[in-house]
Amino acid sequence: MSAIRCREVSKLFRDGRARVLALENVSLEIGEGEFVTLVGASGCGKSTLLRLIAGLDELTTGEIEAGGAPVLSPGADRAMVFQNYSLYPWLTVMRNVKFARQLSAHTRDRTSVDVEAASGRAEALLGLMGLAQVARAYPSQLSGGMQQRVAIARALMTRPHILLMDEPFGALDAQTREVMHDLILHVCRLEGCTVVFVTHDVDEAIYLGDRVVLMAPRPGRIDSIHTVPLPLRRTLAMKHSAEFLDLRARILERIRETSGLRTDLELLEKLSKYASA
Amino acid sequence: MWKVRGWLSRRSYWTLAAAGLALPLALWATLTAIGSVNRVFLPSPYDVIHRIATWFRDDELLADVGISCFRVIAGWALSALVALPLGLFIGTFRVVQALLEPLTDFIRYMPAVAFIPLVMLWIGIDEGAKVGIIFIGTFFQMVLMVAEDVRRVPMAQIEVAQTLGASRSEVIDEVIIPSAKPALLDTLRITMGWAWTYLVVAELVAANSGLGYAIIKAQRFLQTDKIFAGILLIGAIGLLMDQGFRLLHRLAFPYVYVRS
Repeated sequence: MSAIRCREVSKLFRDGRARVLALENVSLEIGEGEFVTLVGASGCGKSTLLRLIAGLDELTTGEIEAGGAPVLSPGADRAMVFQNYSLYPWLTVMRNVKFARQLSAHTRDRTSVDVEAASGRAEALLGLMGLAQVARAYPSQLSGGMQQRVAIARALMTRPHILLMDEPFGALDAQTREVMHDLILHVCRLEGCTVVFVTHDVDEAIYLGDRVVLMAPRPGRIDSIHTVPLPLRRTLAMKHSAEFLDLRARILERIRETSGLRTDLELLEKLSKYASA
Repeated sequence: MWKVRGWLSRRSYWTLAAAGLALPLALWATLTAIGSVNRVFLPSPYDVIHRIATWFRDDELLADVGISCFRVIAGWALSALVALPLGLFIGTFRVVQALLEPLTDFIRYMPAVAFIPLVMLWIGIDEGAKVGIIFIGTFFQMVLMVAEDVRRVPMAQIEVAQTLGASRSEVIDEVIIPSAKPALLDTLRITMGWAWTYLVVAELVAANSGLGYAIIKAQRFLQTDKIFAGILLIGAIGLLMDQGFRLLHRLAFPYVYVRS
């Protein structure tokens, strides 16, 4: 059974008189427990697709199902991690992670056993994310990488079936990002959740994904889907393997072809001649 | 020293702040001491202090301060009572914004002073009228500032709550309000200052007590020292209240001030 099913999804944005077709006729099935990454040139609609799956925006035509039920609004079965500014600065790390527990969606039929299990889970998630030492700190006291780990722990707190991530490591430096990659792979396998991960970093998309969905702009659409020919358990050394480099080259080439942006070498040459004259 | 947005030690900050306050005072004292200015135009600091002392001893200064504080705080509090929920709704729902914001912008530009005859007609000439003028002067600015504070809550904070299963009322109670709180307290602090600036205007309306009234009466008798005394007292009370708000801000929102 598939965890997420998008059928002929289109999204039209209206901005005054201008109309932008952000997504046209996108169909995609994502299996239970699969890690799918979305890449593509800017304006290809990868974030739009993610927001539609989350239920944060309404689609224009088509249908999206998550866990067999149509997506009509945001729901606790589909947690989302944003690039930044999503932590609650007035809550400590621990209370950020436990945020969802106070919401009525999770308190309706709760027993005291559940409450105890929940605080155990919060501690376990903090430990897993290497945040046990800073449980009482405020988000503003943490580094960017640590803040994103808190955001992930908070999203996992309610055991969502689906984890949606919108360039979650986009604001981190390269070293921190590498550490986060192995962490997120490990955690998601442990939790058994289905992941849809948006990024503009092709290396990241291949390293993390079971499949890479390559999207193209104007109008936003799926260009091609690539199954990553690497073993399930990824290691840093694989980034230098022939399979990795080959897929990387093909995807980058395709992004360049579809982006519509070309470096005009002739024009550059002319300009530099003009400047030196 | 002149580095853009540079750092300054606490000690240097307060030394400079004290100098900033003392310098005009010294200038004022010298100017009057050498007798180059007529005392009717510019009384000496000593005259003003003396006036405050006699005002306190013979003229019920504390009663004037008390009634003025009451009027300002009542007008301001009443305006906060309405502006906070209304601003929250304007900043949260586009429908309410469309309905009320242009209207508020329109009224905001009308001079509060011009409402005096109407206020007298509608409310009368007792305490209610003075509070009413201060309310009119503060309320319309306050609503817009509250709405802006609410709109500044990052969308990501709201959307995260939604994807965690929060209902609409939970988004408002658990995210928007706590997230906007520090900015809201700042807005209350700033509008308190504006409420004070409307005091003199408010006490034009059939008052027989208060700092603003005292200033108006002193003008009639050309008691420049008393005008100075009244203005300086209002300034001092305002400064005190402002510092009180800042202290409250530090106590209520410690997370704004923590650094790694």
